[in-house]
Amino acid sequence: MPTYTFVVNGRAVTVDAPADLALLWVLRDKLGVRGPKFGCGIGVCRACTSHLDGAEIQPCVTPVSSCSGKTVTTIEGLASGDDLHPVQEAWLEQDVAQCGYCQPGQIMAAAALLKNKSEPTDEDIDRIANVCRCGTYFRIRQAIKSAAAKMS
Amino acid sequence: MTCDNEVPVPDARVPLRRRQFLAFLVAAPVLTVAVPGTAEAVLPTLPQPAEIMDLGDILILAGTPTAGALAVLSVGEDGVVTLELPRAEVGQGITTATAMLVAEELDLPLSQVRVVLADARPELLFNQLTGGSNTIRSVYGPVRQAAAAARARLLAAASEQYGVAASRLSTRDGGVILPDGRYIAYGLLTSAAAQLTGVFAAQPKPVSEHRLVGTPQSRIDARAMVTGQFKYTLDHDVPGAMPTVVRRPPTINGTVKSVDSSVAKAMPGVLAVGVVPTGVAVVAETFGQAMAARDALQVTWHPGTIDALSDKEIRAKLRAAALPFVVPPLLTQHVDMEFDFAFVSHAPMETNSAIADVRDDRAEIWAGLKSPIVARQTIASVVGLPESAVTVHVMQGGGSFGRRLFFDAAIEAAQISKALRRPVKLMWSRTDDMRHGRARAASHHKLRATFGLGNVLTFEHRVASVETDFRHGLGEILTATAASLPVGGNLSFAQTVFLTTCHVPYNFGVVTSLLNEVPLKMHTGSWRSVYSANTRGAEEIVVDQLAARMGKDPVAFRREYLKHDRQRAVLDKVAAEGQWGRAMPRGFAQGVAFHDEYQSCTACLVEIDARDPQNPRVVKAVIAADVGRPINPRGLEAQLLGGLTDAISTTLRAGLHIDRGLPLEGSYSQFHYARQKDAPLDVRIFVMPATGEPGGAGELGVPAAVGAIANAYARATGVVPRSFPIIFPVDFEPFPR
Repeated sequence: MPTYTFVVNGRAVTVDAPADLALLWVLRDKLGVRGPKFGCGIGVCRACTSHLDGAEIQPCVTPVSSCSGKTVTTIEGLASGDDLHPVQEAWLEQDVAQCGYCQPGQIMAAAALLKNKSEPTDEDIDRIANVCRCGTYFRIRQAIKSAAAKMS
Repeated sequence: MTCDNEVPVPDARVPLRRRQFLAFLVAAPVLTVAVPGTAEAVLPTLPQPAEIMDLGDILILAGTPTAGALAVLSVGEDGVVTLELPRAEVGQGITTATAMLVAEELDLPLSQVRVVLADARPELLFNQLTGGSNTIRSVYGPVRQAAAAARARLLAAASEQYGVAASRLSTRDGGVILPDGRYIAYGLLTSAAAQLTGVFAAQPKPVSEHRLVGTPQSRIDARAMVTGQFKYTLDHDVPGAMPTVVRRPPTINGTVKSVDSSVAKAMPGVLAVGVVPTGVAVVAETFGQAMAARDALQVTWHPGTIDALSDKEIRAKLRAAALPFVVPPLLTQHVDMEFDFAFVSHAPMETNSAIADVRDDRAEIWAGLKSPIVARQTIASVVGLPESAVTVHVMQGGGSFGRRLFFDAAIEAAQISKALRRPVKLMWSRTDDMRHGRARAASHHKLRATFGLGNVLTFEHRVASVETDFRHGLGEILTATAASLPVGGNLSFAQTVFLTTCHVPYNFGVVTSLLNEVPLKMHTGSWRSVYSANTRGAEEIVVDQLAARMGKDPVAFRREYLKHDRQRAVLDKVAAEGQWGRAMPRGFAQGVAFHDEYQSCTACLVEIDARDPQNPRVVKAVIAADVGRPINPRGLEAQLLGGLTDAISTTLRAGLHIDRGLPLEGSYSQFHYARQKDAPLDVRIFVMPATGEPGGAGELGVPAAVGAIANAYARATGVVPRSFPIIFPVDFEPFPR
């Protein structure tokens, strides 16, 4: 079985895995990184949203072979130690989470958006297609705006 | 004018014959006001069953014998107080709300309270079911009493230890304050308190002394959630429990005929393959490998239980099942309307999942379970162990919306573990969760309202629904078995739920609401607000049409016919805050609706942009709710926001198409639950001041929002929607079966 080496949340890892095994299962089942959640397996619910070299990805449709030599950041790696990322702070401030299952992906999607656009419009926020089955969208919108204001 | 409670309420399960109807009218006081010239005097409606005793009252009554044992509290030497809550947290915020109740009674910082979900506790009988928006209603008393008793015991310990009468002690910030001002932390007293003998009953604080309860608080688990540390069922490691998936049949309830697993077994990472009653299980080192092997299985199948049925046939059955009206449409002005509602997946983000470790002499289960006692009893029977040998752990769930009342994943995991003789971590795929999971039953609604002399004279509603499965009973085996009996059984249970949840909140003269169910062998279940989303949603559409026919404004009309001031207050609130009647551009409109249930009431006003009728968006929502006594207004607002999003989804776009025995929808790209682009840009939620005991809130937000959105759509487009979701094409290529 081939071997892949990459960085997960600041830690270098080497895994044996079939080339087409989705990164989500390498993270969850081989490395014990359980922040990214399974919700669909086809990249549409986006509960697993994480970053690859700083850009948003859906690990459930990202083959592990495409991660070699790259840097993966999951929700666990977003904060700097005990200092939360401003998006995480905003999520707490707005008390966004209900069941919480989609929120790691929502937060990673919001962090990726704010990285590219420091003052997102409502249209920009509308383009975040992550599903929240508890229906927290309005609080997510408020939290993104609050984080944007604090980061600028 | 008041209603006369002495007048018997007709048995609503039996369609009234004409003679009975007349007798009933004469017996009722309603005709006495129907005289010309009193157009503003409404015809009062007799209380319906749900107004006398609702489902929550029944659940509380069933739980009364065990209420004293409900809340298990412990005070640690570190000063942390732990509440073992025999309910399921699935996002509704009950762990935070109950932590607040404990903190309030014990004068403790909220951060010093932990809430854990209790394992299945069979001795609680009917008192470990999470449903009916009943958690706060049912635990408000018992949790406060337990905390008050704990406080009394800590005071007694301090009294004994420091030789001061308990009456001279007080409590603050997690400790006892001695008369000289010294602070003794609870943690230092707990050991002595535990050894005291005697009964330490104490009355909870009067609400006038509440300082925390009633104030907005954030979820106690929010930080764990936003950092990815929060653990759901599949995030737990149980030694040896490996990723497991199931290959399922091409139609609902199909069974395995033959399997060729030779290719699958040779695939990398595969550990075991075996047939179980629901399909073929595959265990592997990772879920990705398990799913790849699942797809490589060659399986032939026996037919399922509804293979011949598609939406068309099911709708025809429902139309045929709707019971007749009592009032003929002769000589009176009337509004007749019919509505259809599609099946809707619960679709919680966390798919059906469970961990099971079944051995020869014992079994241990971990899953998100809203009825864990009956789950334990059923699993014991299925794996052939005494109940006492089965431990069922309740995990916090990634959403439920009614789904986790059923424990099918837990049973399946136990069966797989037993068959393959190894612990398993079972996860359903999203496609299986939508196609072979549970759904809100499709329903057909016929409504007729008659009016004359400026008054509504009669209001009739006939609901025909595919059977909603209540075979979880009241959460234990006796009532689950009763619900499973072939005669009466589930239909009796369904009638009770219908009659104790749905009622028309208006003085519309003679009101009758009747349910008839069509039993189909498929997987249904209560979906947030059970019958009310469709039943009350449809009624609120008719209310708008009645108002129009009678030449009245929708808000003014509702104000006139609602029964109580408390109801009018929430309606007035949204009308004022939402600027009811403000001018809007062409293609935009406001809509309003009202709902009361669970001793709570709410009104919803929305603004819709339906310039393109095929692509509408609710752009603004204003909601007011009176829940009697809000425990955590911030959590309550979250529940109302969730109910609004559910209503946006199911009214506009989200539903399941049934095609030859299977839903076509297999993921969120096909089942169109709302996304951010469908959500309002402006939501304002108003929690009315406390007036009494806590009512229910978890499901409250859905029905009024359904009515408001449909009414706004009708006003914006000029077309009253009759079929839900309104926009419901098969706009995708279904996944292979």
